[in-house]
Amino acid sequence: MSVLSPLRDALALARGLGVTARHLFRPPVTLRYPEERPVLPERHRGRHELERHENGLEKCVGCELCALVCPADAIYVEGAENPKDHPISIGERYAKTYVVNLLRCIYCGYCVEACPTEALQMKAEFELSATDRASLVFTKDQLMAPLPKREPGDSWMP
Amino acid sequence: MTDVIYAAAGSVALIFLVFTVAAYAILAERRVIARMQVRLGPDRVGPFGMFQPLADVVKLLTKEDIRPAGADKWIYLVTPVVTLVPVMLVFAVIPLGPTLRLADLNIGYLWVAAISSISVYGVVLGGWSSNSKYSLLGGLRSSAQLISYELAQGLAALGVIAAAGSLSLGRIAEAQFPLPFVIVQPIGFVVYFIASVAESSRAPFDLPEAEQELGAGYHTEYSGFRFALFMLSEYVHVIAASSLMAVLFFGGWWPFDGGPLGLAAFAVKVVAAIFVFIWLRATLPRVRYDRLMAIGWKVLIPAALINLAIVAAWVALT
Repeated sequence: MSVLSPLRDALALARGLGVTARHLFRPPVTLRYPEERPVLPERHRGRHELERHENGLEKCVGCELCALVCPADAIYVEGAENPKDHPISIGERYAKTYVVNLLRCIYCGYCVEACPTEALQMKAEFELSATDRASLVFTKDQLMAPLPKREPGDSWMP
Repeated sequence: MTDVIYAAAGSVALIFLVFTVAAYAILAERRVIARMQVRLGPDRVGPFGMFQPLADVVKLLTKEDIRPAGADKWIYLVTPVVTLVPVMLVFAVIPLGPTLRLADLNIGYLWVAAISSISVYGVVLGGWSSNSKYSLLGGLRSSAQLISYELAQGLAALGVIAAAGSLSLGRIAEAQFPLPFVIVQPIGFVVYFIASVAESSRAPFDLPEAEQELGAGYHTEYSGFRFALFMLSEYVHVIAASSLMAVLFFGGWWPFDGGPLGLAAFAVKVVAAIFVFIWLRATLPRVRYDRLMAIGWKVLIPAALINLAIVAAWVALT
């Protein structure tokens, strides 16, 4: 311990105080949620959505690869033969039931990567909270993308 | 009879003033530390979070008053009051202006030193009566720390008392015209300030409530209103220490001759000192226990003695 070490210590304290003093004048990083909304990255992995083709038919062909790849075992798919007379998807099969348990889901996005028809996407929605568990198990009607706008005269209209 | 009424009214006013300042010191601490950590802090209750202390008080008052089964009932229940009251009593002798004070004791500083020592009992008894290892260890640490730093604080104050030639806080403030003691006795001031931080158990000397090791230290088992009293007494202690520093080293109402301007000068000094307390808490990590003792006994007390020797020589020569 040299004679100067107390002075060095005092200097160190002063420098530390300087750091906090500088930060006092920085704008806070806090986001005033829910008044302010976060700017999410374009490829944010939020809630899943099952996409449709432009003609309203489902992209999902019920292959169950998403359920297979899911590390959290959060997806349940039940495929069925696509009825020929009024098709639901574009393939030979379609998803009769499609359930995502959003409480189990770890939002890794493997399901989206596994999907061969790009039917499953993850959207920006992140406000997933509920007062009971059952309402966070999303069924197919909740996951389905809305039907495209139909204009009168569209040839594909059923 | 009028004296009694005057004293009672003054006391009530002073208690309200101190409690209000303490409540807003807590809010200020939360806001300032938040900003130093680039956060916002509580700003939802009222404009700038001004009603947050009110909300906190309501919350604490409505909470359950838990008493551990093994606690020593009466000591446990009385301790929060024993902690708070002595700190409040310090304000009785603090002069806000040349004539604005509750009591002008001619042994002013002696009263402060004696009375504020009693609050150590609160800490020790609270730690012991809770019948919890965290509380007991916190109380033990606290008592060792407070007793050690009381010496350094007293010795540093002794320099001021010697220079002013009086124990009365009013006379000490008056003795600082034209030069306040902070300029004349910088060593004394630094020692007094560090000891004050330690005496009020504030960071970086907040070992009694080192949450990582001890839960909350001596008040781990307390809840609701009794916890609030401990919390309040910590902040009242900070305000008392700030006021004492303003009087002992910054001349109280210096550089004015009292009146509203003098009161404003005093308020500015107190608020600035409270801000420094908060600033230190936002910056410094906690001192290790053996270092705490080493600083107290091997650095502060010798430094205070050197200061006292210089002042004594100067007083003897003039």
